[in-house]
Amino acid sequence: MITLNDYLLVSGLLFAIGLAGVVLRRNIIIIFMCLEMMLSAANLSLVAFSRFNTVNGLPDYNGQMLVFFIITVAAAEVAVGLAIIIALFRARRTVHVDDIDAMKH
Amino acid sequence: MSHAEIILFLPLVTAAAILLGLKRSATVSALLSTVSVLVTFLLSIGLLLKGQDSTEVIGSWIRIGDFFNIDITLKLDALSRGMMIVVTTIGLLVHIFSLGYMKGDPGKARYFAGLSLFLFSMTGIVYSDNFPMMFIFWELVGVSSYILIGHWYTKNSAADAAKKAFLTNRIGDFGFMIGILLLWAATKQFSFDGVKAGVESGMITGGLLTAATLCIFCGTIGKSAQFPLHVWLPDAMEGPTPVSALIHAATMVAAGVYLMVRVAFLIAASAAAGTVVAWIGGLTALMAALMATQQNDIKRVLAYSTLSQLGYMVMAVGLGAAQASMFHLFTHAFFKALLFLGSGAVIYACHHEQNIWKMGGLRSKMPITFLTFAIGTAALMAVPFVTSGFYSKEAILEAALEHKSYLLFLIGVGTAFLTAFYMTRLVVVAFFGKPRDHGADHAHEVPLTMLVPLIILAVPSIIAGFHFFGGKVLGEYMPHHEGSMIGLTFFASLLTLVGGVYFGGKTYIGKDSDPLSIKIFANKFYFDEFYAKLIAALQDAPARALQLIDNLLIDGLAVRGGAALASGTGSLLRRLQVGNIQGYAFLFGVGVLLLVCFALI
Repeated sequence: MITLNDYLLVSGLLFAIGLAGVVLRRNIIIIFMCLEMMLSAANLSLVAFSRFNTVNGLPDYNGQMLVFFIITVAAAEVAVGLAIIIALFRARRTVHVDDIDAMKH
Repeated sequence: MSHAEIILFLPLVTAAAILLGLKRSATVSALLSTVSVLVTFLLSIGLLLKGQDSTEVIGSWIRIGDFFNIDITLKLDALSRGMMIVVTTIGLLVHIFSLGYMKGDPGKARYFAGLSLFLFSMTGIVYSDNFPMMFIFWELVGVSSYILIGHWYTKNSAADAAKKAFLTNRIGDFGFMIGILLLWAATKQFSFDGVKAGVESGMITGGLLTAATLCIFCGTIGKSAQFPLHVWLPDAMEGPTPVSALIHAATMVAAGVYLMVRVAFLIAASAAAGTVVAWIGGLTALMAALMATQQNDIKRVLAYSTLSQLGYMVMAVGLGAAQASMFHLFTHAFFKALLFLGSGAVIYACHHEQNIWKMGGLRSKMPITFLTFAIGTAALMAVPFVTSGFYSKEAILEAALEHKSYLLFLIGVGTAFLTAFYMTRLVVVAFFGKPRDHGADHAHEVPLTMLVPLIILAVPSIIAGFHFFGGKVLGEYMPHHEGSMIGLTFFASLLTLVGGVYFGGKTYIGKDSDPLSIKIFANKFYFDEFYAKLIAALQDAPARALQLIDNLLIDGLAVRGGAALASGTGSLLRRLQVGNIQGYAFLFGVGVLLLVCFALI
């Protein structure tokens, strides 16, 4: 039997892996993908809570509605983010974040 | 505007006009200043002839409730009218003399502006009706004296002398201020009349009255250069000689005596204070006369002589003889101004040589200067019957006898002997014998602008003591002689005069260098050295301690410490501000984790 805790554990793991990726990696594409992974972790926990929080014997679908919204917004965000990354790559010829430091100097 | 107001404000307007606009034209400035003092002189005579007592309120200065009121009020009475005659007469003659003496001086306009400023301040002292107003003008004469002593400010000695005069005066003025406040605290009055009424009705008595009187007297000690603050006056001779005549012989230094005469009611009410005042005066008179016998600078001899005569006046006030004191102030102003201007003429003729041992034989080269100088000397030595100084000095000695202060009488007589001695020395060395230096060799009579004031001043030096002149000017402040003039004091002063002249002549006729050498007199009893040591001891040690505190606590801890704290924290925090998004993200994550931990536990 898979319980809520198992889902939350997976969700936490996903989130931690995502955060670690964001913090540690230097490739902007990978950072971006890790960000998406953190979003997915949040979505997973929402869905899990929604499934296990029953109202009158039925799951609470509010949480699942929220997840749809998040997925939609994330898709738009990915489109914008990737566009920025491509523009950046065209200008700088690099996807390495340490090289993109014009604002520092 | 009333006459008194014009007399007060005209010099101020003149000084302002010169300093603000006319400075470029020295001739115009000098003439304007001279004309303004001529006008005040004529107006003062007009006021004297009218002879009306009055008080004119010009305005209210401070008004706090009904117990702290200071008005600017002009007080016209016999005392102030007589004093104004002295101030404006000598002021006028000094102006005329300066036209010649300061000819070609680059700072001529500034000099005349200073003289006008001084006359304004001095008039304020003379006319003031209350203590605070007198104090303000008291400080103002100090300032103008500072400006004029330091007229040749590029000379270090002149700049130092000006500083010394000002600082020494400040010590006395501090006491003066405390005295004013003490009297106010007891009587709630500032005006002389109000305080007098308060003292007479017993609102302040005993020790407090004595203390207040002595505090007021501190002002006199400073301004009239009495022991122990006498050290500034001889140094003040660094200023131009006409300034010495006006400020440091005739008027400003006499302001202290004038103040004591104004507040004579305090001394009348406190015998103990009177005794202290009289003794300080007597001590100053004797000590200064002793120092004068060994000075070689013609102006310094006269400066010590001034100290000594001021001592006489202060002694007379202390003995309760305010009239005699004022009388001596009056006659002394004329003959001492004459002597100073005469010395100025001599210095001018000898190409700014002030050492009497480099003069000599000036009698035949400058006959008119010599004659007037001799008249001044005779008046200072108190030659009987024919000079003004005789009458006033008699009055003081009589007062000492009347007061049964025989020791002070002896001091007065001894000082008279010394006076005759050192003045004989001065005249013999400077005017007789052979010229001892080429400056004196080439000396010739000074121009008319300088001779005329000398001749004019010689007249009151003779007649100021007579009743028809002195009585007119001084009014009720002219002492009355009762009975015969020829008594103990007469013989005493005749004896000292003859003795002084005889010994002076015997010692110095035909000498080319000083046959006497008394180190302690020549070095002014080592007062300057003593004060230098005293100040070093009292001031340098605390100053060093304070410097340490300043370096460690103020600079070290407060200023540098604060700066170090800020910059240290800054450099620590800078480590966090790396500009790396991922670093921030990590910290953000840690922060969230901590928050979650806090929330859960």
